[in-house]
Amino acid sequence: MPVLAAYFAALQRDLLLVMRRKTEVLTALFFFVIVTTLLPLGIGPEPDLLRKIAPGAMWIAALLATLLGLQRLFAADHADGTLEQIVLSPEPLCVLVAGKITAHWLVCGLPLVLLAPVIGLQFDLPADAIGILMLSLLIGTPLLSLLGAIGAALTLGARGSALLVSLLVMPLYIPTLIFGAGAVESYIAGLGASGHFSLLGALLILAAAFAPWATTAALRISLE
Amino acid sequence: MINWFKYSAPSTFYPLAGKLIPVFWTLAALLGAIGLYISFFVAPTDAQQGEGYRIIFIHVPASWMSMFIYCIMAFWSLLGLTFNTRLSGMMTRALAPTGALFAFLSLWTGALWGKPMWGAWWVWDARLTSELILFFLYIGFMALQAAIDDPRRADRAGALLSLVGVVNVPIIYFSVKWWNTLHQGASVSLTKSPSMATTMLWGMLTMALAFWAYTIAVALMRARTIMLEREGNTEWVQHLPDVKEAA
Repeated sequence: MPVLAAYFAALQRDLLLVMRRKTEVLTALFFFVIVTTLLPLGIGPEPDLLRKIAPGAMWIAALLATLLGLQRLFAADHADGTLEQIVLSPEPLCVLVAGKITAHWLVCGLPLVLLAPVIGLQFDLPADAIGILMLSLLIGTPLLSLLGAIGAALTLGARGSALLVSLLVMPLYIPTLIFGAGAVESYIAGLGASGHFSLLGALLILAAAFAPWATTAALRISLE
Repeated sequence: MINWFKYSAPSTFYPLAGKLIPVFWTLAALLGAIGLYISFFVAPTDAQQGEGYRIIFIHVPASWMSMFIYCIMAFWSLLGLTFNTRLSGMMTRALAPTGALFAFLSLWTGALWGKPMWGAWWVWDARLTSELILFFLYIGFMALQAAIDDPRRADRAGALLSLVGVVNVPIIYFSVKWWNTLHQGASVSLTKSPSMATTMLWGMLTMALAFWAYTIAVALMRARTIMLEREGNTEWVQHLPDVKEAA
């Protein structure tokens, strides 16, 4: 399947580039850790309070860490002209963009999911709630990468694009934040998280179907 | 049958807009005067809320307008992306500040109304929160337009953004609504339908029409300015009577 080959080629290329410059990835990860560490310092160390704010705090930190990585999604390729070559390639651009978005999630989203248990312990979350939190981040962070890619492509080459992309993308992240953090909260409250997971999953399917396509359109606008 | 595409060119739209602007200003002033008269002198005093409820005549039409204008922007964006017309981008850009103004006005009057009625300037109700997010969407749209130097590119990028936004607005609304019921935070229910006196409804509708007329007038004025700015070098602008006089 040439389409799949193109997808994996784009994915592999981005991952390879990241592995050559590991600091950038680690910066986003440590950003996540530092933000979640600062919160108890600002709010106070009472375990009851921390347990209450943990899902929301970690979700917001994950959201900010994803935003931090978005800038890298297309900007470097745009600066050295690679992006134009990618757009000119005979393979469908949508597939290549999907490969890049997947790479972004593997680099920026997945590590946050794996880090969540450690941070969760800092916030005194019980073990089963940490499991739910990880699952919600696992479904939710790809959604953040998909929506963020649209913003990253739209602001490509614009003035002050690093800040601008946050302004554009943050309002679109609200449903993900609500259902992601809500899943953990309603699980802790004894209501069960399946409804939230269904909604998150539905949003993910919707975004996976349309976001690469919208990102492609935005890239073509930015490069014309 | 009117040939609509004739007016999709700035050179024909500019004089048409010039003729329409005074009409809509007059309509806005007349309807506004009637609407304010109804809302202050005709509409009865509310049994529970006293005189304070009268801010509804500004608040509700402003909220309606802020939502309508976003939909109209999405409509122009779709038109612009499919037919590649210059006018669509100009209209989208001309509408955005008015939409943001109405969203802000709706939040501001809401806060002023909320304080005496519920004792709080702000509650995390689904409607209030989504209105605030709509305001953020307007700000994001304007920031994107301002950050891209090439006007054609800015138009197309803005068009895509407003389409993405219009798909997301209902999702955001329902997510905030369910979030609110989960938290059971706001003790005030805005959703129970009040039995409204007919005069109140008329007052609100008249004010809404006045806001419509104002929006059209202001958007057309802004669109005309954008046209002059972008097409200053073209033949038709050089031959405009007001440009000739100034030169």
